[in-house]
Amino acid sequence: MGATTRDIAARTQPESMAAMWRIRLGLWWRSLKESWVLFAENPIGLIGLGLLLFFAIMAIAHPILMNTVWERRIYDPVLGYDPMVAFHPAAPSARHLLGTDSLGRDVLSQLMHSTSSEFALGMVAAVTTVTIGTFIGAVSAYFGGIIDVIFMRLADLVIMIPTIPLLIVLGAMFDLNLVSLGLVLGLLSGFGGVTVIIKSQALAVNVKPYIEAARVAGGSDLHIIFRHIIPNLMPLSFLYMMFTATGAIFSEAVLSVFGLLNIRMSWGLMIHTTQSSGYLLDFQRWWLVFPAGLAITLLCSAFYLVGRAMDEVVNPRLRRR
Amino acid sequence: MLRYIGSRLIQVLITFVLFQTVVFFLLHAQPGDITDQFLGNPNIPPEARVQLRAQLGLDKPLPEQWLTYLKNFWTGDLGVSWTRYPRPVIDIIKETMPRTLVLFLSSTVVSFGVGFFLGRLLAWKRGALIEYPVTLASIFLYTVFTPWFALVMIWLFAYKAGWFPIGKFITVRLWRGSHVPYQANDVFNHMMLVTSIFVLLLGVVLFFTRNMAPIHRRRIRLLGFVGVTAAFFGYWILSPMGPWAGDIAWHMILPILTLTLVNFAGTMLLTRNSMLETLREDYILTARAKGLPENVIRDKHAARNALLPVVTSLIYSFAASIGGGIITETYFSWPGMGLILLEASTRSDIPLAIGALTFIGVLALLAHFAADIVYAFLDPRIRY
Repeated sequence: MGATTRDIAARTQPESMAAMWRIRLGLWWRSLKESWVLFAENPIGLIGLGLLLFFAIMAIAHPILMNTVWERRIYDPVLGYDPMVAFHPAAPSARHLLGTDSLGRDVLSQLMHSTSSEFALGMVAAVTTVTIGTFIGAVSAYFGGIIDVIFMRLADLVIMIPTIPLLIVLGAMFDLNLVSLGLVLGLLSGFGGVTVIIKSQALAVNVKPYIEAARVAGGSDLHIIFRHIIPNLMPLSFLYMMFTATGAIFSEAVLSVFGLLNIRMSWGLMIHTTQSSGYLLDFQRWWLVFPAGLAITLLCSAFYLVGRAMDEVVNPRLRRR
Repeated sequence: MLRYIGSRLIQVLITFVLFQTVVFFLLHAQPGDITDQFLGNPNIPPEARVQLRAQLGLDKPLPEQWLTYLKNFWTGDLGVSWTRYPRPVIDIIKETMPRTLVLFLSSTVVSFGVGFFLGRLLAWKRGALIEYPVTLASIFLYTVFTPWFALVMIWLFAYKAGWFPIGKFITVRLWRGSHVPYQANDVFNHMMLVTSIFVLLLGVVLFFTRNMAPIHRRRIRLLGFVGVTAAFFGYWILSPMGPWAGDIAWHMILPILTLTLVNFAGTMLLTRNSMLETLREDYILTARAKGLPENVIRDKHAARNALLPVVTSLIYSFAASIGGGIITETYFSWPGMGLILLEASTRSDIPLAIGALTFIGVLALLAHFAADIVYAFLDPRIRY
């Protein structure tokens, strides 16, 4: 008798588990498709996505080019030097598609090399922000009371800290590199504005009937927060990842332009090099400032455009009538 | 309203002390302390270092140092700048603060006005052909890399066209020599004073005409605006300070223009979204059903309600726009707090850097406070 029940359990459970898994995936896939239709309606988001794709290709192409076409001695973004060119900075030519900088390094190679670290920085900052923001937002909406008061007052304080000035002073006092900068930025926006926005969404989720149902069914606080509240906050969190990435890339570029970061190469540093060698306002040599400045601008706006288009998907009130 | 202002003021003060605490612990999170720079100097024996630490109060427990730090700040003692020795930090800040304030205030006001106007228009014309180019262009301006954009502006308007000076606060050549009767700072302070008086006059005109019949109101307001503006320029033409003030104003235009172009898009995009939400409300439908003209629905029914969320996020964007201001100051060599902060930071002048950071925090807090009050004035539901 006992054996049969176990048999049945053994037979049905994996099946039902598999079925649940398949249903979940199917639901997820369907909502993704629906969201994509809404997202694709908006040319703004598609332009942003196209730009992101372009930069991603740049990031992937650089190591491939370095290992095949480009000779490391000449095209290395940090240590390269082209002895075949008489005067640096040299104008764009077939050899150097975007010219060389004042130290004889290839500008295109620098530009492509920096792309991957910009993405990495954006990711570090965005993931840190969203992890902190979502968790604290959910917890303070769910528990309320003293926890809520503490975190919201903290957010009020953090929102008012002028980020760029603080980072400038931090850069002067400490050795900041990309990871620590990403973490600082993530902490600042995670405990600041993002928490407030996500918490207000969590408050709306918190009063839904399924939360009550989960509580009646005996779900623990942690279970409710992680299985019911946070999944419903994810679209909004993902949206704010985009905006955080924009801010992070911008801040990194500003700090490196002022020469306050301890990194080997970045778009901001390219402008810093131009500045310290005195070519800053020499727009005849446009390849020294324009590629880097434009790349920073375009990557920032790419993340922003995608975030904005996602806003129209996540927030039904903005959709077209 | 007064009770609301009072409670907000107390909150602002508490926040400020917390901010100072953060700055203080930042200072102490640095590896080592200030006397470490004498570590490698053979002429300074360890006993002298111990003595120096005692003199500077570095041997006291941390909470006591923190209290001393707070006390010194509130009595106006911010130490002495290392790179501009022996000028006290508070002195430098007193000189540069008004310049930053003017840049920040004027660009914020102008960009808010322009952004609100354009955003309203954009939401109203949703789906029109103009929408995507304008949105794209403004997002480009909003996310543009400010240092690069400032360079392009300088190159275009100052270097190529030659309409504006390439940077700095005054044309030094003009101000040199014994025939100049004024100090630049005095002229600047006088300019601030006169401008605020005339802005106040404009406010008075607005205030006293608010209950008039719409037909008269428009005419009288126009008359009042033209009159006040004419009086403003008349004052400067007649004043002996006029040409000197003109020189400073000439230097201000390009930085303000740059900062406005960078900032306005944020307000515009927000206004658009907020307008789109308001346009779906039932009272807009009611207004249409009543047969009100479209521009009245847009300006009186939709835009006024759409203003509230825009002001809220304006409050939150102050910290960011101060950051933009610092970058602009640096590239235009505008000798304000931002330039001071950057100079001090790159040359490791810690007292000056900390002082500038603290006062930029003060600026952000005050802007926040002012916007809070404006918000409570706009939305009576806030004044519990």
